[in-house]
Order: sequence, then structure tokens, then C-alpha cells
Amino acid sequence: MRLRNTSVDGPEGSQLFEDTSGPAAGSQTGYSNQPAGPQAAGFPAQSILSDPMSNLAMAYGSSLASQGREMVDKNLDRFIPISKLKYYFAVDTLYVGKKLGLLVFPYMHENWEVCYQQDTPVAPRFDVNAPDLYIPAMGFITYVLVAGLALGTQNKFSPELLGVQASSALVWLIMEVLAVLLSLYLVTVNTDLTTIDLLAFSGYKYVGMIIGVVAGLLFGRLAYYLSLLWCCVAIFVFMIRTLRLKLLSEAAAEGRLVRGTRNQLRMYLTMSIAAAQPIFMYWLTYHLIR
Amino acid sequence: VGLRAEEEVASMAFTLYSLIQTAILCTNAVAVLHEERFLSKIGWGVDQGVGGFGDDPGVKAQILNLIRSVRTVMRVPLIIVNSASIVLLLLFG
Repeated sequence: MRLRNTSVDGPEGSQLFEDTSGPAAGSQTGYSNQPAGPQAAGFPAQSILSDPMSNLAMAYGSSLASQGREMVDKNLDRFIPISKLKYYFAVDTLYVGKKLGLLVFPYMHENWEVCYQQDTPVAPRFDVNAPDLYIPAMGFITYVLVAGLALGTQNKFSPELLGVQASSALVWLIMEVLAVLLSLYLVTVNTDLTTIDLLAFSGYKYVGMIIGVVAGLLFGRLAYYLSLLWCCVAIFVFMIRTLRLKLLSEAAAEGRLVRGTRNQLRMYLTMSIAAAQPIFMYWLTYHLIR
Repeated sequence: VGLRAEEEVASMAFTLYSLIQTAILCTNAVAVLHEERFLSKIGWGVDQGVGGFGDDPGVKAQILNLIRSVRTVMRVPLIIVNSASIVLLLLFG
């Protein structure tokens, strides 16, 4: 029985991180709190020394530590919204598999709407359309490692190059997110896309880049170009279908022709965000396959 | 042939420091646009932006709003950041 994470914040936190990949998911949650209680009480009893002074010191120290932890949590939560970030990492294996399949082959999927649950979006593990940060984060790290591998096959590898690749890819990501934010502000789109959502969508292109580079390493330049072309088209379609629902107005999202400069601007914005992905995918990988 | 490995990758490499430099330079550029001498002359003054009241400000009004707010908000922080970078560049090259 795994010990549950005791620092999870309240009932919504434990629901985010319930273990849904096991067979007995329902019965596990009932038992989760009970073993944690007696075990937590058992530890101090075993380690308390007989000296009363050290009892006092330990009690004081632990209260000081918990106060410090509260203060750090409170202040950190002002700068980086930790609770919101937790939502984006609430994924499980099934979701990751389905999402990766969707990124490479988005043509058969029909319903792209995100399910809502009382005004808040449902966690990614329950809805395959919800954006997450797990795949972009893992994709970024894998991209840096694969880039190091590719540079090694060209006899150009040195450990500093890993850092250079990582920081330059990160800078391009930040610039892309800032450009998208700026253009969303200028076109005054009323959308519920947060900055972290945009970060997630921009990070999905790393999956295609990794597939292209690995294919190029295994099978040569032709395989690199073909797989990159496939992944570029797939990401383009994926971004258009996802952003269409969020950026365009209701009527235009359903496909009906709506006139007016504002809808036209929104359409151009969606197209250019989607078109920027293949450009970045090629720009960041062409120097790896020579 | 041609560039060495580090040079080749470094020619397209951006570090986080260059991102900060870019941000400082762009913010400086926007803050330097003078209201009377320049923006009004080309029809981008403060009074020429807000046209209609409605839920559709338009791209031009948004840009003018953005320029004016950058000028107002970032004036003092830009002074501090520019002075700091001048001192750092003088000391460390």
C-alpha cells in the first residue's frame, strides 16, 4: 500500500491524483487515509529520546519547520500558481497514449470540445482534449537528449552543446508564447486560454520533432524529411482543430461562413499560430541531420 | 568544413541572457516614442485612438493603448534596469 502524499491540498487535490490506472481504484481511496494516520503518529513515538530537553527542542524545531514551510508555500504561490500547475500534471498512462496518438494522427478524432465540470475544466486524465504540461515537459527534455545524440553522430558533441541546445529551444518557446499572447491581446479575443495553456500547445510540437530526428538517425535523410512532413501536417491540423473552438466565435467554429473583419482577423490568427509550428519544427531540427 | 561544431550551433543559439537583452531593448524602443513630437504627427496620438464605444476596440486602438501603458508603467523600472546594465557593461565588458 503506497503512502499517500500528505501535503495534497484538500479533497480536490486527492481527486486529481487518485490512482486510476489500477483495477481496484474505488476501494483504495477508502483505505488511503487510515494507514497514513497511525503511521505518522508511530514515527515520533519511536524516535523521541528520554531527555525532556530534547523533546522540547524537537517540538520547537518541528513547529518552526512547519511555519517556515507554510510561509514558503504562501509566498511561492503568489509567483508561481502551484495549484493550477498541479492540474496540468494530473495525467495517467492512458491519457498520454491517447494524446500522443492524437498528435500524430488527428484525422479520425471527431469531438474536440473540452468537457467542463461546474465551470472548471476537467482534469486531463478524464478528457483527452484537455491540455497538459506533462507531454511538453517530457518532450522538451527528450528533444535535448536526442539532439545531443544526433550531434554525437556527427562528431560534434560536447557537454556544453546540450546546454546551448536546451537554452536556445527554451528561448524560442518563450518568444513564441509571448508573440501569441501579444497577438491575442491585439485582436481582443475573449478566450479562456491561459498562458499555461499556450505553453502546453506550443510544447506539443516537440513530439513531432523527436519523431523526425529519430527517424532521420535510424533511416537517413529521406526518412527524416518524410516523417517531419507527416508530423508537421499532423500538428497543423491538430492546432487548427483545437484552437478553432477556443478562439473563433460560435458560428465560425461550426464551419459556417461569418463575415466581418473581426472574424477574419481571428481566422488569420488561428492559421498563423498553427503555421508557426511546422516552421519552428523545421528550424529547430534541420541542423541535427546532416 | 567551415565552422567548428560550437560555432555552428552557437550561431543559431540564443541564451536566456540574449532574451533579456532583447526584452530590454524592445521596451526601451517603445518607451522612447514621444507623444507630442512623434505620435500625434503620424496620427497615433492618445486622442486619436479611442474611437467607438463598444466591445470592439480594434487593432490600432489596442496598439496605442499598449504603447501608452508601457510608457507610463515601465518608465521608472527602465531607468533602474538601464543604469544597472550600463554599470555592468562598463565593469565587465
